[in-house]
Amino acid sequence: MAGSNPNAKPMNLTLKVWRQKNRITDGGIVDYQVKDISPDMSFLEMLDVLNEDLLRKGDEPVAFDHDCREGICGSCNLFINGRAHGPEQGTTTCQLHMRKFSDGDTIVIEPWRATAFPINKDLSVDRSAFDRIIQAGGYVSVNTGGTPDANEIPIPKDVSDRAFEAATCIGCGACVAACKNASAMLFVSAKVSQLALLPQGHVERKTRVENMVAQMDIEGFGACTNIGSCAAECPVGISLENIAILNQEFISAKATSNNLA
Amino acid sequence: MVLESKIPEGPIGEKWEKHKFNVKLVNPSNKRKYDVIVVGTGLAGASAAASLAELGYNVKAFTFHDSPRRAHSIAAQGGINAAKNYQNDGDSVYRLFYDTVKGGDYRSREANVYRLAQVSVNIIDQCVAQGVPFAREYGGLLANRSFGGAQVSRTFYARGQTGQQLLLGAYSALSRQVAYGKVKLYTRSEMLDLVTVDGQARGIITRNLLTGEIEQHAAHAVVLATGGYGNVFFLSTNAMYCNATAAWRAHKKGAYFANPCFTQIHPTCIPVSGDYQSKLTLMSESLRNDGRVWVPATKETAERLRKGEINVNDIQEADRDYFLERKYPAFGNLVPRDVASRNAKLMCDEGKGVGSTGLAVYLDFADVIKRTSAEAVSQKYGNLFDMYAKITGENPYERPMRIYPAVHYTMGGLWVDYNLQTTVPGLYATGECNFSDHGANRLGASALMQGLADGYFVIPYTIGDYLAQTAPKPVTTEDPAFAEATAAVQARVQQLMSINGNRTPDDFHKKLGHLMWEYCGMSRNAEGLRYAKSEIQQLKKEFWSDLKLAGTETEMNQALEKAGRVADFIELGELMVDDALDRNESCGGHFREEYQTPEGEALRNDDDYAYVAAWEYQGENQPEKLNKEELTFENVKLTQRSYK
Repeated sequence: MAGSNPNAKPMNLTLKVWRQKNRITDGGIVDYQVKDISPDMSFLEMLDVLNEDLLRKGDEPVAFDHDCREGICGSCNLFINGRAHGPEQGTTTCQLHMRKFSDGDTIVIEPWRATAFPINKDLSVDRSAFDRIIQAGGYVSVNTGGTPDANEIPIPKDVSDRAFEAATCIGCGACVAACKNASAMLFVSAKVSQLALLPQGHVERKTRVENMVAQMDIEGFGACTNIGSCAAECPVGISLENIAILNQEFISAKATSNNLA
Repeated sequence: MVLESKIPEGPIGEKWEKHKFNVKLVNPSNKRKYDVIVVGTGLAGASAAASLAELGYNVKAFTFHDSPRRAHSIAAQGGINAAKNYQNDGDSVYRLFYDTVKGGDYRSREANVYRLAQVSVNIIDQCVAQGVPFAREYGGLLANRSFGGAQVSRTFYARGQTGQQLLLGAYSALSRQVAYGKVKLYTRSEMLDLVTVDGQARGIITRNLLTGEIEQHAAHAVVLATGGYGNVFFLSTNAMYCNATAAWRAHKKGAYFANPCFTQIHPTCIPVSGDYQSKLTLMSESLRNDGRVWVPATKETAERLRKGEINVNDIQEADRDYFLERKYPAFGNLVPRDVASRNAKLMCDEGKGVGSTGLAVYLDFADVIKRTSAEAVSQKYGNLFDMYAKITGENPYERPMRIYPAVHYTMGGLWVDYNLQTTVPGLYATGECNFSDHGANRLGASALMQGLADGYFVIPYTIGDYLAQTAPKPVTTEDPAFAEATAAVQARVQQLMSINGNRTPDDFHKKLGHLMWEYCGMSRNAEGLRYAKSEIQQLKKEFWSDLKLAGTETEMNQALEKAGRVADFIELGELMVDDALDRNESCGGHFREEYQTPEGEALRNDDDYAYVAAWEYQGENQPEKLNKEELTFENVKLTQRSYK
């Protein structure tokens, strides 16, 4: 095979996978063996192998969310050996490769655990709370058409770059899964600071931060206690600095606006 | 049925303006009396849903993802074209139009492409106003880079994540309308049929992917923005869920399918590493701005390299063949995708391929790193280099990337007229789902442009023309057509669940993908296509008699979802083969081995094949009927496409 390490031997692994029929039933860990796993496989391809085996035997495959398998869509969300997206820093589950594991390993695979992310089935969770937070204010209120020329408002490159860094959040929810409080502060702050940094977002910055934080609380996410596990486990490196920006934006909005009680 | 393209009269530069004046308008207070269904929430769908809701229509938006933000538009890396001419390098609406028609190898509709080039400039304005963080220069103005098939720098980008940033912009606009109550969002909801009443599109049937419930939705018009069908090939750069089901079911309800054989093979993807491979990963075309494509100059050197007897970095300059620079000095490494792909295949066919499978060529950054620095290269392409390293375990700063072509985009799609309306009145198709703008080959950074052009700036005008002629009476699901379609969908789901055979959906999908790639991929010939057709027909029989599923249909069942999509891919695959067989010429991504120039370039036949092939469904297991829309070129002169 054309992979990087032609000498790497196929692996046999024990998987401990969370199985849960649906939202209302209880779940539990089930053990599976997988054989001849190539080190060049992605983690999800390893699960594909398991699922093909299960289906051929007439058993139900393990449900999990995934789509682009390029680390950008934010669908995949596995808690592997106690870490969001597994052992490799700055990596989504789909970009994690089996060369990070060794023959004979036991791997524990769980879904995101958070009250605000109910389990749909097995490893698939409902992250629509994130959508509702964005709906609460994660936008600039412009309609299609009638916008000024794109170069009319110059934006300093460093400001634009910082906004971009914040905007790269993929909405996977690893920050929530990694947080002992299941707080969504890193997710919310990424959007708040992207739009607060850009001149286009200035007009609504106060109402935006108030509304998004209010929605975050309604959804049942926990409070932030500044541990930083979120940023440590974020697959795209969203910085903790954004939470500081969010706090500043929030305090300043609360002190000066009367949009919300 | 005569295909009416409804191209407006007049000079090309005035058609869209005139048309916008001539279309009928729906009075602002009447707009709230109309319901519009938008299926798909990628660039084309989210932008359409948001824009239509802003106008006042009631929109229902559907996605099979858990969130609109997951749509595969998000994975587009390189950029979006626009004729802004910010670089003062000679760009114009006309040049973008010209490049796109030529790049499409003269198989697209001039009027549509011109409109696309016109509205391209508005897209950038719109996205910046939404807070999309495009790359900027130190002076604070927007930066550009160049892409294949163009000699100007007109591509706007956000590092290697342009699609993500544009989609999040459209998603934010959509979210705003959801909050206002003008868009009702249905997630994890898959369209399984189109409902027509008196020949007009009046709704859809969906399956709730969490509960298995089959649901009915009525509207005055339906917009399909459901993406392309590249996953027919099993391995492609498309996301795992990308599928043709919505478009295919619409096709079976009367929407013609145009140019299905026009698929784009992208030259720079990470090569296949094993049988378990689930998808392929693209390395953005923007890399060809600085990367140089080469193979060893001789078969012997390539062989020693493959055996590991020599190291790639030990191969001297003289022993390397920079084949694109050699054959196409004017465009060099930036030739269009079809040309780059075909040449890579040619090199591998000649035995000069690299990597242990011999199915790869090098994309080398040593020169640019020497000229600038590794840091500068990382600034530009950092995330792509990281992705490459993660997937292959190799460091592209130290040794050249190995790349090979892979299926990436489908130019074909539902036939639409100038208004983006399909042959079913009231049914529209936007973005990759339609066939309209890219001819036989799409230029880089044009997919994002088309998706957003259709959604933000075309459909909001053209759909009004149809709705204005439709009575603003409430629509319901009471018509028997809804019950009929629901029963058919339920029966099909039941049928899939009850086959109880031995083979998994993936097993059939891989088999189909292999047939398509071998016989209807980068190059095709009549004999191979005929063989593929009979094999696909056989595969279809096997599928419906030997499929194995587990679980039930009244819960989340990903294998069942997959099975339905594979069933549709098999039928579409056969149509692609039919289309490739009909087109006795080579053009763009459609390379028929029988038709090539002495230099091995695509040999078009404009006298006989300057048409859009629009296929009409005739019933189960019946050959489809070919309808032709003749293409006329009044502004661009048809020439042998040359990038030398």
